[in-house]
Amino acid sequence: MRAEREAMAGIEERYDVIVVGGGHAGCEAALAAARLGLETIVFTVSVDSIALMPCNPNIGGSSKGHLVRELDALGGEMGKNIDQTFIQSKMLNASKGPAVHSLRAQADKQEYTRQMRMTLENTDHLTIKQAEVTEILTESNSWEEKSVSKKRICGIVTASGARYLAGAVILATGVYLRARCIYGDVSVNTGPNGLQAANRLTASLQENGIVIRRFKTGTPARVDRRSIDFSKMEEQFGDPRVEPFSFTTDPESVQIRQDSCWLTYTNEKTHEIIRKNLDRSPLYCGVIEGTGPRYCPSIEDKVVKFPDKERHQVFVEPEGRYTNEMYLGGMSSSLPEDVQVEMYRTVPGLEQVKIVRNAYAIEYDSIDPGQLFATLEFKEIHGLFGAGQINGSSGYEEAAVQGFMAGVNAARLVKGEESIVLDRSQAYIGVLIDDLVTKENTEPYRMMTSRAEYRLLLRQDNADQRLTPMGYRIGLIEEERYQKLLEKQRQIQEEIRRLEETTVGTSAAVQELLKMYESTELKSGTTLAELIRRPELSYEKLEPLDEKRPVLSPSVIEQVNIEIKYEGYIKRQTQQVKQFEKLEKKKLEPNFDYSQIGSLRLEAIQKLNRYQPASIGQASRIAGVSPADISVLLVYLEQRNRRRREEKNAIDE
Amino acid sequence: MKEETIAAISTALGSSGIGIVRISGSEAVEVADRIFRSRTGKKLAACKSHTIHYGEIYEGNHRIDEVLVMLMRGPRSYTTEDTVEINCHGGIYLVKKVLRLALENGARMAEPGEFTKRAFLGGRMDLSQAEAVMDVIRSDNEYALDASIRQLKGEISQAIREMRSSLLYEIARIESALDDPEHISLEGYGEKLQILLCEIIERVRKLIDSFDSGRQMKEGIKTVILGKPNVGKSSLLNLLAGEERAIVTEMAGTTRDVLEESVLLDGIRLRLLDTAGIRKTEDQVERIGVERAYQQGKDADLVLYVADAASGVDEQDREIYQTIQEKRMIVLLNKTDLRDGEEGELEILSRTILKDWNPEAVILFSAQEKIGMDALKEAIRNVFFEGKVFASEEIHITNIRHWNLLKEAKRSLVLVQDSIEKGMPEDFYSIDLMAAYEKLGLIVGEEIEEDLVNEIFGKFCMGK
Repeated sequence: MRAEREAMAGIEERYDVIVVGGGHAGCEAALAAARLGLETIVFTVSVDSIALMPCNPNIGGSSKGHLVRELDALGGEMGKNIDQTFIQSKMLNASKGPAVHSLRAQADKQEYTRQMRMTLENTDHLTIKQAEVTEILTESNSWEEKSVSKKRICGIVTASGARYLAGAVILATGVYLRARCIYGDVSVNTGPNGLQAANRLTASLQENGIVIRRFKTGTPARVDRRSIDFSKMEEQFGDPRVEPFSFTTDPESVQIRQDSCWLTYTNEKTHEIIRKNLDRSPLYCGVIEGTGPRYCPSIEDKVVKFPDKERHQVFVEPEGRYTNEMYLGGMSSSLPEDVQVEMYRTVPGLEQVKIVRNAYAIEYDSIDPGQLFATLEFKEIHGLFGAGQINGSSGYEEAAVQGFMAGVNAARLVKGEESIVLDRSQAYIGVLIDDLVTKENTEPYRMMTSRAEYRLLLRQDNADQRLTPMGYRIGLIEEERYQKLLEKQRQIQEEIRRLEETTVGTSAAVQELLKMYESTELKSGTTLAELIRRPELSYEKLEPLDEKRPVLSPSVIEQVNIEIKYEGYIKRQTQQVKQFEKLEKKKLEPNFDYSQIGSLRLEAIQKLNRYQPASIGQASRIAGVSPADISVLLVYLEQRNRRRREEKNAIDE
Repeated sequence: MKEETIAAISTALGSSGIGIVRISGSEAVEVADRIFRSRTGKKLAACKSHTIHYGEIYEGNHRIDEVLVMLMRGPRSYTTEDTVEINCHGGIYLVKKVLRLALENGARMAEPGEFTKRAFLGGRMDLSQAEAVMDVIRSDNEYALDASIRQLKGEISQAIREMRSSLLYEIARIESALDDPEHISLEGYGEKLQILLCEIIERVRKLIDSFDSGRQMKEGIKTVILGKPNVGKSSLLNLLAGEERAIVTEMAGTTRDVLEESVLLDGIRLRLLDTAGIRKTEDQVERIGVERAYQQGKDADLVLYVADAASGVDEQDREIYQTIQEKRMIVLLNKTDLRDGEEGELEILSRTILKDWNPEAVILFSAQEKIGMDALKEAIRNVFFEGKVFASEEIHITNIRHWNLLKEAKRSLVLVQDSIEKGMPEDFYSIDLMAAYEKLGLIVGEEIEEDLVNEIFGKFCMGK
């Protein structure tokens, strides 16, 4: 009653798209929707915390760097934003194959936030609103013939009772739903940095049939730079030549003065203190019930699970250029404050360390992402989307790409356009979302290169070729950028063809050059491409033998090198992708009752009914669905299609 | 989209007559042409559809079998795809050999029920048959899985599990280093991996060889000879084995009181096990033998129960029967030559046993005089062809499937070696390591879901 009265008396506004949350998912979602011309409003509990980086001060890293590049290729913001606000950058795995090269930058956290906020504030059709969303508004969907969902979203209500109506709502609540921060026996019901938690929305989601889980994550202490003795640590520099994240950033603009990070190690004394105080750790005495991620374990987890390891690395990283706060990467913890001080002070260089902010664990509500389509729309609530940590992922980059996809699909839904799904052979984004909505995830999900089965194709260096055409079709890549890409691709193909056709003989100059690089001398003539395939040679090294070489940009040369050198491997994966696509193309109908197919095994029926896969391919990735079940589904599909054809013919006659 | 070419043995194995290897798919004719030499010298590719060709199957320059080949181009074939059926004449082993050649020359092993599935998807069957097709797929798969697991108890699966776990560990090492390069280093890793690969490849090679030589072969109907002591069990074994000693295996490590022989009887492969005579005994050693005999009886596909015709069936026999009453059984009343007395008594005895024990047959037998051999063979044949004991066909196929997967696993491991030798970066290793790991997993029927991620987090200390 009270809510109703307030609503009648209060504000009621109409938008096309509502975004709940202004973190990395929320920002990309809001920008994508607004840039597509939809009236968009983004809600945040604090405008000052837009695009906040409450944990590590990095963007990118192994496989996460891929996500940022892909997002950029589609027309997202994260890559551009970090290119303007980084203070150190490295290409990880540079000595490994091109598929696992990954960019990682240290961000100036304040600058990152400020820059992103400015972008949001200056985007047309985008409204920022500081308010806690407490309720989603839904209605029965029986009249909507085209949709299969039982309900549809109509809008949200804020803590003050104001109502905002829209055709699509994106939940990007991060770690804020019923957030609780814990260290030792201190437990406060807030989000990171004491920010206000969102305590009421969960109940509204549950009332609408959404299944909620409790996850946890953690962060290490921030310490005062002046209390650190860097002479006892190893200095870690950025790359001499920095590569930007965004394909649109001028490479020269990122050749800036870089700040250093520092490496030190824990030791037996550190571990001793941790072991002695385990009974005071909320993780081990049962205060924390949420499931934490195994890939970023707390230091107490590491000591317990790997007792034989004599030391663990600690990366000391600046939080920004205009602050003395330093982040202690590798030492997240929820131990009591006094134990934290004692433990950190055993680490070489941290003997006198002063903690500015304590390490803590944080618990929060997330949804079971099995409730989502691969479009990130809820199966049961038409027009409601989930993106980021609420979907059970972890990491800024994982959140951002989901926000983008949800934003695009929300916009398309409002416009009545077909939704867009990236598959596992197209992008890490596709792998991430498919894993989330198809597999049982019992911990916060982090991207890893090993999760991508076609990773030789999904390289960070070719993200533009893979995805910019799609970004262009979506409407978030401008004509000029698209034309540039087409020209780049033309140059790459032309140059590869030229190298395949250009022969070199056994002249003295050729043999001399080969000898110089300790490469076997030629017995008969061959092509330049053949020589590039030799591990010890490359496009660049063969320059003296290649008189008709055109002038090409470094990014074109990189692609030429990779495509020629790894041609055999790439071809094999391309073959696999063809097999994969066959099953992806066989679409299943939504909301189907699989118990109608008698030959399926019981477990398969249960799982298929629960996940409602969009295709046979997705079905095959559900745990508990066997290859035999897939064969049965194929026969069933054929039966259904034939029956439809027959019915259609009957009608036509 | 072209379908992959598949091959399988499409007749019930075991008959001494013809065995058919069926190859179906877009490259069926090419695959057949690689192994078949027609007497006319003409390639199948140049022949008309629905024709029969006489010639030989060759492995390289080595002649394998004389065959008739039927060529049926799609869509006028069972599967609606190009299909070649090779009719082999030389018994089970040659049929299997021909199938393996087809697999080595571009076909892949058909999944259970796959020909039927393709026939349906190709529009060969009408809609009303869809349910039946789905049932066939399901039951074939369940059966194949069951057969596969039954066959793989013991050393082979143990060996495969060990190899898989060391492969997984290495993949996890590489992947964790890629995911967390600042924590985990791969300095000098290639050389170490090369050593391990040599070991694993050698183990896989030995397993493949064992399939080739047939020494490890565990195929055939597991036929256990049971009975009290001195009723003539060993004589029966010798008699049957003497008929054709195609392959004789003496199982290393088994008890000295269970003898095993592989016997080809009218084209039906039997794994014949002779057991210790069963009686109550205080003797420790003998008691172990008796327990094993009981155990073998329980695991049997078919029991040949031998009783003494002269002394008839007594309490002890009935006790033994109690433990194996669920089994398919043929009862032999042995030593009929030694029996005195009325002519009709034996018939009455055998009728009583038929009624009480409900065996497949009761045979009046004399190992000494070789009386009753034809009746025994006929009884075994009947049991087999009526489908009452299975084992043979699917297990043969299962076997080839395993062999094929081992070959594929080995191929992937060799690719890893190549990558190391060529100086490729480490991330390339794990792609083929994973392929080998998956192939081996298909043999032991283990799911691969999430193994790797668990191994990475379980064995390597990651991150921030």
